[in-house]
Amino acid sequence: MSAGPALGLRSSNAGNALELRGVGRLFGALAALSDITLSVRPGERRAVLGSNGAGKTTLFNCITGDFPPSSGVIRFFGEDVTAFPPQERIRRGLRRTYQISSLFTGLTVFDNVYLACRGVSRNRFSLLRPRRDEALMQAAESLVEAVHLAPVRDRLVGELAYGQQRQLEIALALSGAPRFILFDEPAAGLSPTERRDLVHILTSLPSHIGYIIIEHDMDVALRVVESVTMMHNGRIFKEGRPEEIETDPEVQELYLGGAHG
Amino acid sequence: MAVGTSPAPLGLTDPRTGDAAGAIARLGVSFWVFSAVLILMPLIASPFWLVQIFAYAAILGMIALSLMFLAGYGGIVSLVQMTVAGLAGYLVAILGDSAITQISLTWPWWVAVPIAILIATLFGTISGALSVRTEGIYTIMITLAIASAFYYLTLQNYTIFNGFSGFNGIVPPRFLGVDWRGTNAFYYLALGCAALAYWAVVYVSRAPFGLALQGTRDNPRRMAALGFNVAAHRIAAYSFASVIAAVAGVLLVWFQGQMSPGTAGVGPVVDILIIAVVGGLGRPIGPFIGALVYVLLRTFSLDALEAIGLDGKRFQLVIGLGFLLIVLFSPGGLIGIYERLRERHRRSQDTRAATMNAAGRGP
Repeated sequence: MSAGPALGLRSSNAGNALELRGVGRLFGALAALSDITLSVRPGERRAVLGSNGAGKTTLFNCITGDFPPSSGVIRFFGEDVTAFPPQERIRRGLRRTYQISSLFTGLTVFDNVYLACRGVSRNRFSLLRPRRDEALMQAAESLVEAVHLAPVRDRLVGELAYGQQRQLEIALALSGAPRFILFDEPAAGLSPTERRDLVHILTSLPSHIGYIIIEHDMDVALRVVESVTMMHNGRIFKEGRPEEIETDPEVQELYLGGAHG
Repeated sequence: MAVGTSPAPLGLTDPRTGDAAGAIARLGVSFWVFSAVLILMPLIASPFWLVQIFAYAAILGMIALSLMFLAGYGGIVSLVQMTVAGLAGYLVAILGDSAITQISLTWPWWVAVPIAILIATLFGTISGALSVRTEGIYTIMITLAIASAFYYLTLQNYTIFNGFSGFNGIVPPRFLGVDWRGTNAFYYLALGCAALAYWAVVYVSRAPFGLALQGTRDNPRRMAALGFNVAAHRIAAYSFASVIAAVAGVLLVWFQGQMSPGTAGVGPVVDILIIAVVGGLGRPIGPFIGALVYVLLRTFSLDALEAIGLDGKRFQLVIGLGFLLIVLFSPGGLIGIYERLRERHRRSQDTRAATMNAAGRGP
């Protein structure tokens, strides 16, 4: 079973931001992903839904190169990145956030963001200290502002509240010039107010930045995307617009039904 | 192995006044008093203390500093730093002048020393490249294996390393009109190199490279997800640390006047680890404090033990026990103890101030 070419979500092959063709990932004998074929246009926002163990995070790990896929081809803006190490994909404009915050707990908030800005710039090995007016310093300052972390700019990240760490997680993904972002359960553990802030941050991203979001909270997920991919047991099970997925009887039974009752 | 003592945050953008007065004020009174004491030391200390204690501690401190840089900022416990220093020392003897005239090439010091530092740094970098893909105990094993291999190579090779007896008759050169063999001159040379190495580590730790290294310590996977090449950063860290260790090795061979396999044997390799851990891996000053304590113990525990009727040869026992106590009670080393005391003092002052305020507001 492969994904149906439904709804005109796939236009032309050349212009896609992200294109997966027959991607599979084995952990020993276990197929965590099988035959994933997926295309996302530049600027498109898509949710990947599915129960626990459906392979959503593994899909992210294959796209970023944290785990290379066992089979298949991954193209990023037309370029075959299947064999690239993570940092090469990141330098081409791919970003991700982690389900469990993955930050530098021994460094300050600002240093975390500054490192993220450095990572995609030149002179990563610079032995010279940056000047205060350096462009990257400015960029890092405004990112800290953008995710409402300016009051805790100089605090060690290990000392931050959980919600603040989640916000920092997003700031790291927005650093540099992202072209496509993978959000892995950004709302997990956030309060209702923080969820509203998150929806605001996601919907106010520049329109050329596309993303895929894994999210269990339907109120968040379906409000910030224009298309949905359903996964089940490591395969793509259905694709459609949010309102279609919400009312699809099969989906209701497999995922939403299970979740609500 | 988790090196749990992350260096204290300094803040990438400390407010900088930019002028000299601001710079002087920023470093604090204790820094200037400490510097003045070190600079004026030849006026108060005997030649023995100047060279055998302070200069020796500065040299060992530099080698331990190179380990502190890797372990404290990079989470890499490398046992190869003493070997890098040993190789640099050997190369000074081989390329320069020594009593072993059939091997030494008698190149002038200003050719021999830079080449020695260059080759030793290259050696440290290659050792790093071999070990960076491993973590924790495996890094220790690989670097220990390299260190042991180098020890046995120097012990068994006579054509280059002159085997068991090694080299003697190596003297510090005479340049800038100064004979660096002199007590005061050598003290200032060692002190100057140590201060420069210390400053370099402090500076680089706040530069993008040092910051990224601390990122790879906290979270290597995320560093890759930010666009950094983690392995390349770790190898570069080995290069930087190896320059410091190599310079210290050159000073060490001048200090000892001789070079033999025992200088970089497994014992001294482990001693460097002890010095760095006892001093504290959290701050660049730690290794120097550890080295001073180590040198003092080595020098005086023999007499002290005999004074209380024990065999003076048991001084290693004293060092071992001290190591055990510090690791048990302060994972941050001696620097960690100092910081905890200062923190307690500050807190008790805060409470006192708070109590006085409360009392003052009373009716």
